[in-house]
Amino acid sequence: MKTAVYVPRDSSALSMGAESVARTIRTEAANRGVEIDLIRNGSRGMAWLEPLVEVSTPKGRVAFGPVSAKDVPGLFEAGFVKADAHSLNLGLTEEIPYFKNQERLTFARVGITDPVSLPDYTNSGGFVGLANALKLSGEQIIKEVTESGLRGRGGAAFPTGIKWKTAYDAPADQKYIVCNADEGDSGTFSDRMVMEGDPFLLIEGMTIASLAIGATHGYIYLRSEYPHAERALNEAIATAYQEGYLGNDIRGSGKTFHLEVRRGAGAYICGEETALLESLEGKRGEIRYRPPLPAVAGLFGKPTILNNVITLASIPTIFENGPGFYKNHGMGRSRGTLPFQLAGNLKRGGLVEKAFGITLRELLYDFGGGSYSGRPIRAVQVGGPLGAYLPESQFDTPMDYESFTAVRALLGHGGLVAFDDTVDMARMARFAMEFCANESCGKCTPCRIGSTRGVEVIDKIIQNRNREANVELLHDLCDVMLNGSLCGLGGLIPYPVLSAVRHFPQDFGIARNGK
Amino acid sequence: MQSIIASDLGTPERKSGKSISLEVNGVQVTVPEGSSVMYAANVAGMKVPKLCATDNLEPFGSCRLCLVEIDGRRGYPASCTTPAEAGMKVRTESPKLADLRRGVMELYISDHPLDCLTCPANGHCELQDMAGVVGLREVRYGYDGKNHLHEQKDESNPYFTFDPSKCIVCSRCVRACEEVQGTFALTIDSRGFDSHVSPGQMQPFMDSECVSCGACVQACPTATLMEKSIVEMGQPDRAVKTTCAYCGVGCSFVAEIKGNQVVRMVPNKDGHANHGHSCVKGRFAFGYTTHPDRILKPMIRQSIEDRWKEVSWEEAIGHTASEFKRIQAKFGRSSVGAITSSRCTNEETFLVQKMVRAAFGNNNVDTCARVCHSPTGYGLKTTLGTSAGTQAFDSVMDADVIFIIGANPTDAHPVFASQMKRRLREGATLIVADPRAIDLIRTPPHIEASHHLQLRPGTNVALINGLAHVIVTEGMANDAYANERCEPQEYQAWKDFVSQPKYSPEAVEPITGVPAETIRGAARLFAKGPNSAIYYGLGVTEHSQGSTMVIGMANLSMATGNMGREGVGVNPLRGQNNVQGACDMGSFPHELSGYRHISDAKTRELFEKEWGVKLDAEPGLRIPNMFDAALDGSYKGMYIQGEDFVQSDPNTQHIEAALRNMECIVVQDLFLNETAKFAHVFLPGSTFLEKDGTYTNAERRIQLIRKAIPPVAGKADWEITMDLSNALGYPMQYDHPSQIMDEIARLTPTFAGVNFEKLDKLGSVQWPCNDSAPEGTPTMHIGKFVRGKGHFVLTEYVATDERTTSRFPLILTTGRILSQYNVGAQTRRTENVMWHEEDILEIHPHDAEHRGVIDGAWVSVASRAGEIVLRARVSERIQPGVVYTTFHHPDTGTNVITTENSDWATNCPEYKVTAVEVTPVSKLSVWQEHYREFTDQQEALLPGKVIRGQ
Repeated sequence: MKTAVYVPRDSSALSMGAESVARTIRTEAANRGVEIDLIRNGSRGMAWLEPLVEVSTPKGRVAFGPVSAKDVPGLFEAGFVKADAHSLNLGLTEEIPYFKNQERLTFARVGITDPVSLPDYTNSGGFVGLANALKLSGEQIIKEVTESGLRGRGGAAFPTGIKWKTAYDAPADQKYIVCNADEGDSGTFSDRMVMEGDPFLLIEGMTIASLAIGATHGYIYLRSEYPHAERALNEAIATAYQEGYLGNDIRGSGKTFHLEVRRGAGAYICGEETALLESLEGKRGEIRYRPPLPAVAGLFGKPTILNNVITLASIPTIFENGPGFYKNHGMGRSRGTLPFQLAGNLKRGGLVEKAFGITLRELLYDFGGGSYSGRPIRAVQVGGPLGAYLPESQFDTPMDYESFTAVRALLGHGGLVAFDDTVDMARMARFAMEFCANESCGKCTPCRIGSTRGVEVIDKIIQNRNREANVELLHDLCDVMLNGSLCGLGGLIPYPVLSAVRHFPQDFGIARNGK
Repeated sequence: MQSIIASDLGTPERKSGKSISLEVNGVQVTVPEGSSVMYAANVAGMKVPKLCATDNLEPFGSCRLCLVEIDGRRGYPASCTTPAEAGMKVRTESPKLADLRRGVMELYISDHPLDCLTCPANGHCELQDMAGVVGLREVRYGYDGKNHLHEQKDESNPYFTFDPSKCIVCSRCVRACEEVQGTFALTIDSRGFDSHVSPGQMQPFMDSECVSCGACVQACPTATLMEKSIVEMGQPDRAVKTTCAYCGVGCSFVAEIKGNQVVRMVPNKDGHANHGHSCVKGRFAFGYTTHPDRILKPMIRQSIEDRWKEVSWEEAIGHTASEFKRIQAKFGRSSVGAITSSRCTNEETFLVQKMVRAAFGNNNVDTCARVCHSPTGYGLKTTLGTSAGTQAFDSVMDADVIFIIGANPTDAHPVFASQMKRRLREGATLIVADPRAIDLIRTPPHIEASHHLQLRPGTNVALINGLAHVIVTEGMANDAYANERCEPQEYQAWKDFVSQPKYSPEAVEPITGVPAETIRGAARLFAKGPNSAIYYGLGVTEHSQGSTMVIGMANLSMATGNMGREGVGVNPLRGQNNVQGACDMGSFPHELSGYRHISDAKTRELFEKEWGVKLDAEPGLRIPNMFDAALDGSYKGMYIQGEDFVQSDPNTQHIEAALRNMECIVVQDLFLNETAKFAHVFLPGSTFLEKDGTYTNAERRIQLIRKAIPPVAGKADWEITMDLSNALGYPMQYDHPSQIMDEIARLTPTFAGVNFEKLDKLGSVQWPCNDSAPEGTPTMHIGKFVRGKGHFVLTEYVATDERTTSRFPLILTTGRILSQYNVGAQTRRTENVMWHEEDILEIHPHDAEHRGVIDGAWVSVASRAGEIVLRARVSERIQPGVVYTTFHHPDTGTNVITTENSDWATNCPEYKVTAVEVTPVSKLSVWQEHYREFTDQQEALLPGKVIRGQ
């Protein structure tokens, strides 16, 4: 019998040379007459071990990593296909604590299956949720989603059931499902991993959403820098059409849902839902005012469910295992799990899916293993470039939407970027403001002019030019941006900026009271 | 910059059956559902600071100055984009709001030049106003940060400048170009701080798709987009509401004036025909009113070889009267006549025909409608009972299918075209029947006709019968409607007629050149509606079967039930500002005002009583008859008010010969036009800015024009006619045109309820306006047709005599373009010539190649009537076998080659079909050489000019 060998096709593995590893393994096996079945799986999410090569054994899959192409002959020499001892042998993958200690609901399949294999998907519970949903009315589907407690995973944490209900209640001749896959926050990659590692999951989630509101068309607005995700999605969509999971008569139900991938315009702002809709309509990616909400007047002015990848990818689990199962995870009003993404100056970067409630410190140290540089972690930016910088004193904050709001921070999309004690937080504040200036769509005044002025003001503070007055001006500017901006870009950039000032005043040359 | 008298409620008024009440700063206010909080606040009398909002554009929410507080809502919502809700409690002022607004203004001003004192917008700058309103006292950012202060000005457009250094990126210009004009020439390029307004693909305005309608200039809250006239003259200090004197759309304008100098024309937001929109002509092309070519003193001469002699008004009028008396004594009562002007007011037109009938004692009066929409009058009167279009322009907003036949609205009726485009963007479908690919056939990003019936010129009637054939034979006619509203027997006869195999699309295809399937598709779409509206122009009327085609369209609309409600109808797009009015006012030799036949004794009696004279019961001469009579020596004197038929009427050489045979030609005009070169008396007329009166537009809408400045030459046109009549011995005494309108109302049932006071109060009324419709009649034929039962008339297709031959194998058809107007007397004397310096011949590449014609080269166009030379443009807009040009420039002489063929019913010339041949040449035609010589000679004969060679 052939031995299954797994080499991930995930971007993180590919960027570390997985392609040449796979090629070398194939060549070596052929040269040595070893029969193997090389499978290109998704990533297990342990980025520091990529390329993580796995070999299936009767006891389970054994991991080797990080493997480079030049390691491959040695691995074969050492009896790699029998999972014999080797310095890169990490033992059973499932027993690696980083992996073992997670609660993988949404990512249950990612890294394990061949992402574009429909049998792999259906053999592991795939499309069970859809089958269940097909038995329900739109209202019943929405009720289950509401009961699950699922909130939008894009960052705003809006209750998904209410959003769907709004789109359901809006009368229209045409409705749409749009997936926001324009994942652009620094330090985030969970959307990409699920699209590359389990694309059918997103298709299934979107199809269930379409059943809920009677939408016949869906679009995945995909970040332009995600070519591997695009390939995986398109392959999976083609298969789903062939097998009747998409199209005019979904699994003989008479229901219609057509789905296509649209490549994004390459602007961060197009990840904002209304700018995304403008861009999807072929226009300049510019923010629309609300109301009307996209659920009422979204794509081409029609009611539209617009959800993040992880939100939609969470749906099949809810319909496979019931809303109660999902709701039983988490804390407070944050139900279910969140795939946290560990990045920055950490020993063990990667993806950690955990129920809400784990603390920041646990993520940083138990999973992340502390800083990569070995120096103390001084600050962590949580929730992408618009999220606050948290100091060590806040590391015990539980990962929960409300707990984060209480410390004037954001959980956002669950990305963590860690910095050690060499970081200059004034530079980081400037970086945040500059990011806003670079990415502003230019529609509203506070963001368009304010972000550029913000950089200038921070520069003056750093240069100690009229520092006290400029710190006051920075606060006033942040107030105008926070309260006056049209969307979350200008409206949230004060979070990182002011958190840096608040927690690290010394980096700005000022005392804690701002003087 | 908005009009200096404009008020601005911030966001558009919403039409809703439901009202809601809310509280703004403790004041209860009720507004239509869907209104914004800003609108409600404005209605309540609370001004909310704003920059990006303006009430003719959809809210945008970008400036963030209009933030308010609403009980129970988080944060500070923008009042422009937040819908007002019942029971809402809104605060527009608070210390926090003041801080936020000041913070926003501080950002704006940190990137704005501080040259207010020398800025053209000074005094009417919204940014400056807002800085004052929010109490901005310092800009703590300083002025050394990143900025746009050194951006280069774009002065390429002749009428306005674009100064990006003053731009606040509110997008009002971009939105105006999209929402109001529908051209999408502007965009915001780049993003963030670098966001900036870009015409086209970062081009100068003149090189972009911009059509210079001025919507962006009006929308701009700063001096970024600014009229050059304001840059040069400064801010106007008074404003007069008036009506545009160009096309039949009848846009209402605010003339903004300083002393007696008109600084600019701004479309009136309250205008019922234009709703605050304009085109390049009405908005900017008023420079002719002060052009040095204007003749400001009366002049006389014995023969056209003589020098003109400037004389007093008394002498000019006295001379004219004695000449007319002399001619009538010698050649008889019918030897004199007059032409009324479609450019002048209703009152002026009415007076001219009154003078003809009462003082000349004959009915020799005609008007330029003879050569444009006389078939409309005939056809619609015959079928429906009224010589006018059936709808208001606003009706198009309810149309589902828009069928344009022989019209080019984006060029000839641009403001209505914008409204039509708005409706098309909303989802109405479009059918176009035109030999040429007009812009509406396809204008990215939103306009595309679903069917283009690209027919051969002269085959309209075959086409309309083909369309009717499909509708009738496929059972798509609305029998219930037609049988109830029309004569059932006639309807059946018509159905039988159009059902004949000879009108099947397959039989019509070889005649029209339109594929049968296209005819079928268009017919089905039109019949499906549910609201299908026909809009048409001179491509329908200016044919040998012009009247037949008008009838054919009326038949089609009656048969499909598309009459007598909003969104449907048969609508002529009339050419001149007051051509409808000139027709209404009895300018025809056979009709008194209100289209009553002169032979009707009862009507005559009414006028005879009012005027105190006996009227001739016999119709007088039509324009072409006048020329024929002049040639045979029985017609010797003519009073021509504001009309230039030497340029505009067909077969120029025939007209020239006729005029040379006359003894007293009196031209009353602004300029020494082509006709005046043959005149013996020149009476200097007044522009629309110099007098009071009314115009009636294409939708029967009567609107006031108001005297903005005194008549430059001393008299309004109605005063001149009055003086002449008095000198002829028929007394007229009016102190003001309103008295003339009162007389019109007394004598004309459809105008019975019209008076200046009402027009001033309501803004406009659409006739019929009388006791049963005191505020006028926007939509005609509701419930029943004016004539009672709708009258179906059979429309046999008869091919024109004008056929292509081996000698003249191509068909010439004529039209007009956006920047020039009619004979160009006005627009040629403005900067509009930058867009159209000369008339150009469009020729299909196949025809061009066959003849060795290359793009931009001189070609001769010869017909059996004459020959002209002009430049060729090789273009696929036109179909093979057809060539196209305009007639805006007299030295082209387009009408030298058009023929004497005309509509069988009304003598409307067949301008749209002339058989011609095109050949490459290198010199002007004989006529053109002669024209230049004659023009030089005539200009030299003007007072103050040195005669060449002396």
